[in-house]
Amino acid sequence: MTALPYLAILRARFVLMLQYRAAAFAGFATQCWWGGIKIMVMAAFYASAARQPIDLAQVITYTWLGQGLLGLLPWQADAEISEAVETGNVAYERLRPVDTHTLWLARAVAARAANTSLRVVPMFVAAAIVLPLIGLGAWRWRMPSSPQAGALFAISIALTVLLSSAFTVLLNIAVTALKTRRAANLAPVLVSPLSGMIVPLVLMPAWLQPFLFWQPFAGLVDIPYRIYFANLTGLAALAGIAAQTLWIVLFILAGRAWMARVMARVDMQGS
Amino acid sequence: MAQIHVENLSKTYRVGVRDPGLGGALRGLFHRRYREIAALSDVSFSLERGELLGFIGPNGAGKSTTIKILSGILRPTSGHCDVDGLVPWQQRIAHVARIGVVFGQRTQLWWDLPIGESFALLRDIYRVDPSKFATRKARLVDMLKISSLLDTPMRQLSLGQRMRCEIAAALLHAPSILFLDEPTIGLDAVSKLALRDFVKDLNRTDGVTVILTTHDMHDIEALAKRVIIIGNGKLLRDSSFESMRSEVLGERRLIVDFAGDSDDVAIAGASIRARDGRSVEYVFDPLRTAAHTLISRIAAAHDVVDIRVEDPKIEEVIARFYALHGAVES
Repeated sequence: MTALPYLAILRARFVLMLQYRAAAFAGFATQCWWGGIKIMVMAAFYASAARQPIDLAQVITYTWLGQGLLGLLPWQADAEISEAVETGNVAYERLRPVDTHTLWLARAVAARAANTSLRVVPMFVAAAIVLPLIGLGAWRWRMPSSPQAGALFAISIALTVLLSSAFTVLLNIAVTALKTRRAANLAPVLVSPLSGMIVPLVLMPAWLQPFLFWQPFAGLVDIPYRIYFANLTGLAALAGIAAQTLWIVLFILAGRAWMARVMARVDMQGS
Repeated sequence: MAQIHVENLSKTYRVGVRDPGLGGALRGLFHRRYREIAALSDVSFSLERGELLGFIGPNGAGKSTTIKILSGILRPTSGHCDVDGLVPWQQRIAHVARIGVVFGQRTQLWWDLPIGESFALLRDIYRVDPSKFATRKARLVDMLKISSLLDTPMRQLSLGQRMRCEIAAALLHAPSILFLDEPTIGLDAVSKLALRDFVKDLNRTDGVTVILTTHDMHDIEALAKRVIIIGNGKLLRDSSFESMRSEVLGERRLIVDFAGDSDDVAIAGASIRARDGRSVEYVFDPLRTAAHTLISRIAAAHDVVDIRVEDPKIEEVIARFYALHGAVES
């Protein structure tokens, strides 16, 4: 079986998502605003707190990375698949001569990657280039700590895209099983705190760290970002990448098994 | 050898039920009850390559369920079917690559993609050889007259335009079977005629097997050589359209507008079915009494303004057939 159908879907979805410029611009404005507020909160916290595992400059870079890469988080199921489930069009997904799980994974990768690549560039320009120029260099988005850190980050963030997409497919299947997009409503409650998007996981109590590191959502934010500014290096960085890989594999296996069950009993009654 | 075998196919849906009111809702939290609905029971038929089969029946009769099982979307509760040697729900990927499906009330085109781009995507999804694809697409675009629509996103098309594009999309990979589930629903008269011509032509020149479900009896009349009537999930009748028609047309109508009073106009050889002022509708069996005999009898006895002979409408006949078999929507 060749990859052609999946690549075609990926490309088409990617091109389509790039057209939503207005949404991307609105998202960019909101994310600048939120980024600024989070950094001020963190600065206040660091001014009064004892020594932390990562310093303020790293937390600031973490925050900007998070704002730039926000689109990689699996907040909800694929909007088109949700719509198709609610209107009954989802039957057509089963009429394509392709593996439905892989098809949905390709769609999710395209959506996440397109959405993010539109937003990360202006975010980087604003936070890494413009901020120093207007005298706010202390609050800037810094470069990776070393070329090695940059290379490991590139691998890790690519795994983040896959991890997020594999989880999105699980949400799609939940939506299909329950026949409503609200089946995915629980996702942000899990994803936002456990990924480290709200507060960096490394700032949580020390006794929680092993659990936080090995739960699936750390691979969405905390692990790649800490690799970026060399808070995770060497074996620790490899362990982070291993954790991401492990969860990708588990999500895909679980998704395939669950999809087989759901598609076998899904009714799609009426015409 | 037949292309499609269907043997004792049954499909039962499980539908959650709960008692009304808050008490029922609370009980439903702990103990769910289900009711089984037989959408299809014990349906068998087979179809040769190149046939054009019409599937008719009231809403909820099981037509769409049959199509969904044959196309690999649903798996039946029991029974067997194979299409070109494949069991649709077991060998789904290989099976769906060989069939084309159009659901009249659904779409397989991408909402915000121009039609041409949707077609290119389908080419890649179905792994159609690019040069074969180009020839086939050119022919379909020409036959369905959609060349001016290729740059338009699907969301901007009218229903008639959309349906032509849907049919082209379902045929780009040269399927050997085409399933049409209510393809003419909501279409205007011109679009319906064009669509029927296209389907007829496709069946005749390309030898594509066509399975059609519809509520429009004119679709059946224009297209289907063979008709299956299905009601309450059961196969009620499987015969050629011609034999159904001759059975149905065994009865004819004579409508007479009298110049004067129409109170006492009974004649031998025909019975009066309805009266509307001075207009009277007779029914008669043309094999027993010829139309001209009746007409001369009436004209001899009464002063007549107009006389018309009519065939019963196929819709009425089907409706009577459904009623006879208790196949009305439950």
